Amino acid sequence: MSMIKAHHLAVSYGHGDNAIKVVRDVSFEVAKGETFGLVGESGCGKSTILGALAGRNRQWNGSIEIDGEAIGQKRTRAQLAKQQLVFQDPFGSIHPRHTIGRTLLEPLEIHGKDRRQERIEKVLTDVGLPLNFRYRYPHQLSGGQRQRVAIARALILEPTILLLDEPTSALDVSIQAEILNLLKDLREREKLTYILVSHDLAVVAHLCDRVAIMQNGEFVEIASRQQLLENTVQHSYTRVLMDGSRGYVAGAHDHLRRRPRTSLPA
Amino acid sequence: MAETSDTILTVENMSVEFPTLSGVTTAVSDVSFTVGREKIGIIGESGSGKSTTGRAIMRLQPPQAIVKATRMQFEDIDLLTASEEAMRSIRGRRIAMILQDPKYSLNPVMTVGEQISETVILHERTTPQEARNRTLAMLERVNIRDPERVFDLYPHEVSGGMGQRIMISMMLIASPSLIIADEPTSALDVTVRQQVLSILDELVVERNIGLIFISHDLNLVRSFCDRVIIMYAGRIVETIAAADLDSAKHPYTRGLLNALPSLDYPRDRLEVLRRDPAWMET
Repeated sequence: MSMIKAHHLAVSYGHGDNAIKVVRDVSFEVAKGETFGLVGESGCGKSTILGALAGRNRQWNGSIEIDGEAIGQKRTRAQLAKQQLVFQDPFGSIHPRHTIGRTLLEPLEIHGKDRRQERIEKVLTDVGLPLNFRYRYPHQLSGGQRQRVAIARALILEPTILLLDEPTSALDVSIQAEILNLLKDLREREKLTYILVSHDLAVVAHLCDRVAIMQNGEFVEIASRQQLLENTVQHSYTRVLMDGSRGYVAGAHDHLRRRPRTSLPA
Repeated sequence: MAETSDTILTVENMSVEFPTLSGVTTAVSDVSFTVGREKIGIIGESGSGKSTTGRAIMRLQPPQAIVKATRMQFEDIDLLTASEEAMRSIRGRRIAMILQDPKYSLNPVMTVGEQISETVILHERTTPQEARNRTLAMLERVNIRDPERVFDLYPHEVSGGMGQRIMISMMLIASPSLIIADEPTSALDVTVRQQVLSILDELVVERNIGLIFISHDLNLVRSFCDRVIIMYAGRIVETIAAADLDSAKHPYTRGLLNALPSLDYPRDRLEVLRRDPAWMET
């Protein structure tokens, strides 16, 4: 059964003549418990899709179904609580002058939930943070700990879907590994469905079952994890992105060269 | 000179310390390395002292920082005793630095062409006309298709990739013998990154100069550089040929490699780095 169904989704910013269509026409389905990746360069519209799914961006056409329920431009609180966002930069996405406890309390107040202290304690344990962290401020935490707080804030409303917008690209490699492992554990334990936006295909292949490769607001290809690992992707743009995550490929841009290289490094 | 002419920079036992209210913080401690006509990568996590090392070489550290070393030799110049005036003639002309984000490192109120020409005019005292011609040639060299048009653009009118190519042309126009590139491609998309790197690669090889490439991206450094210096908590834990990185010995290097998700060696769980306090003492 599919958890998320988007059909001919188009999203634009601005009005009238100034309207810019960022997402042109994308259709996809994400099964319950699946992790779906969105990959592409900056400006291709991947975060905009997340924004439309989360209810941040209401200027969209087409149809969205979440958990079998058709979603309109306006949603109820319960509908909004069903999917939660985790942002890229844990330094920018958490209020610097609120304690972690207060940050986690806010969604509970907005949604009028009961047993608040209990919920905060549970969610801190879930993301592997000590309970006394609720009295701390963001500047007293490391980048990885802050990203755990951001994940805790998303989880506190007990969503079924997590929308992850580059959750590890601001983190060091060793911290990235911790967060990716945590996301994997949570997915199994809480039976979550993920949509993961990233520009790094290696990260996506690690976590996702299927990946949509985006360019200029459209999908150029939907590849399975297997295809990525076996290097049997179809589209040339996907290959370019795969080379990118492997590092520098000498001569990958031969067509841009004017002169042949005279000598090679020893 | 004792060493061969292939050595451009020699650093011996360099430390950088910052006095703070709660005592002295050591950002870089006892670092020694040499740079020849090669691409050398410095890799490390945030706070490992890799950028501080790069800046200390150019004497661009904040005024309160204390840099100590037994030796810092750049070609025929002793960087420890060189006067500020001497340093000014070195910076930009003989050692150049490429920074992470062209959006912040280019002057927003000067046209691209003016900024590049400024380097030539200041360091080589050429006429504005000659500086302009050299700038146009340099812009063309970094594969900018319409140099005449780009010359008169302001930094906000160019894309990130073009901005970084402009930075490269600005840094290379005075023919330096050492380039320090501090995360030059982290702000760029992967496809643009390849372009910028191949231009940098070509120019470094063509002019036979040295490049210090500071980055946190293991895959990138491994595939781009000849040698890699791995830094942890202000110390060099290992220096290794890029091709041998897979057989690195130090547990920290191994930990970093295993923490990396990879398309070629997929694994179910990534290894989490266990930090050993002993690494701080070596």
